[in-house]
Amino acid sequence: MVIVAEPKQVVAPGELLAEGEHVLGDNSFKVGTRIYSACIGILEVDGNRVTVVPLKGGYFPRVGDLVGGRIVDVGLSGWTVDIRAPYEAMLPASETPGPRGPRRRDLSESFDVGDMVLSQVLAFDRTRDPLLTVKGPGLGKISTGRVVEISAAKIPRLIGRKGSMISMLKRETGCQITVGQNGVVMVWGKSPENERVAVEAIYMVEREAHTRGLTDRIREMIAKSNVVGEVARTQTA
Amino acid sequence: MPEPKQPEKLIDDKGIRIDGRRLDQLRPIKLEVGILDKADGSAYIEQGKNKILVGVYGPREAHPKHIALPDRAVLRCRYRMAPFSVDERKNPAPSRREMELSKVIRESLESVVLTDLYPRTTIDVFIEVLQSDGGSRCAGITAASLALADAGIPMRELVAACAVGKIQGHMVLDLSDAEDKYGEADLPVAWVPNANLVTLLQMDGILTTNEFEKGLTMALDACKTIHGMQQEALKKKYLVIKEVAEEREETEVVA
Repeated sequence: MVIVAEPKQVVAPGELLAEGEHVLGDNSFKVGTRIYSACIGILEVDGNRVTVVPLKGGYFPRVGDLVGGRIVDVGLSGWTVDIRAPYEAMLPASETPGPRGPRRRDLSESFDVGDMVLSQVLAFDRTRDPLLTVKGPGLGKISTGRVVEISAAKIPRLIGRKGSMISMLKRETGCQITVGQNGVVMVWGKSPENERVAVEAIYMVEREAHTRGLTDRIREMIAKSNVVGEVARTQTA
Repeated sequence: MPEPKQPEKLIDDKGIRIDGRRLDQLRPIKLEVGILDKADGSAYIEQGKNKILVGVYGPREAHPKHIALPDRAVLRCRYRMAPFSVDERKNPAPSRREMELSKVIRESLESVVLTDLYPRTTIDVFIEVLQSDGGSRCAGITAASLALADAGIPMRELVAACAVGKIQGHMVLDLSDAEDKYGEADLPVAWVPNANLVTLLQMDGILTTNEFEKGLTMALDACKTIHGMQQEALKKKYLVIKEVAEEREETEVVA
């Protein structure tokens, strides 16, 4: 059991990570007893488990994911939604809140082409396109706030360990932030300036996701911008 | 611009080639990744006078839908030469040669990309030769595998490629355009190092068994060198950001 590559360092596809009895994590593969990286990313070693956290890559849907999407088509019984995945997602009319049964009215009255919706992946597997639902608290059309689209590979970093990064962002910028697993991030702030700073911070996370001391650097950046976060507001109150 | 004349000698008495290289010397190679904003992954290679730009899109929805496969992603590849990439204007219509190269390049990349992770999708690779100087299929493969990695597409490893050839009875590495045209044989090789797979092997001209074996050894050695450069180029993009960001932090702490 030997870790060959340096943990927390950038690894390229095909780079030898470890040899021996390890558990394969994401983005790695085994040839005999040797474990190699399958993509460009950061090597994470957690006990016996060898994982590569990717630095780039698109979104691949998983059941239960919260995703932000854009309506691309309105049909008779539902909507087609672009959730930035390699597959077209369907949002059936039966998965919207409201009375059941056949609808007389035009579906575009609820969501029209170009609308942003926050939804959850209800069903998806390798053989079927993702099915969405907007039944649930907070789900549905996004008509206020700002929408930021970043690479889905950077979402785990934006959330941080046990949500440390995202809770810091919310606290320091005084914005409400909802993170879609597909890289669509929604920001609602009390002023446009707060929103601007939050968006800037989110882009900074995307750009510098693989660097050390990122949380501190971002906190500093927000402090310099002089927006009033939650902490300051409670102090003045 | 007229066709360059055939040089009297491709190798001089001291064993130096027309561009000043030794027999087993590569042309200078410059590799860069992530230079296109709109593409999911991109790479640029300069190898001698070759200038090749590669863009990768995907995995994305397959269009037209009937090309999609139920169990894996379809890898599509287009090798194209710009009309201004050669001495005489190249007709922009896809030629027989471009279609063949698109196919062999696709096949050499297919063996490393983990296509079964993305069923019913396509991965598109566009290889645009901006300036051509011999060995562009090999440089194209080198850059295309980098662009695929830059797109974050899971793959077994990077593919490196290099050509060898025979000029004036000598086996030489990495033929330039003139050496390819006026030489006796050309042998492009693409190699996957860890798996030890040759994923492209073509031959133009005639070689004896001994010459072939010598040439293949030279090509594989060169592929090893190129493979190292590829890994370095891929990581460099992120290491530069890391360095700048962490340095900024340090100076801020001091200030």
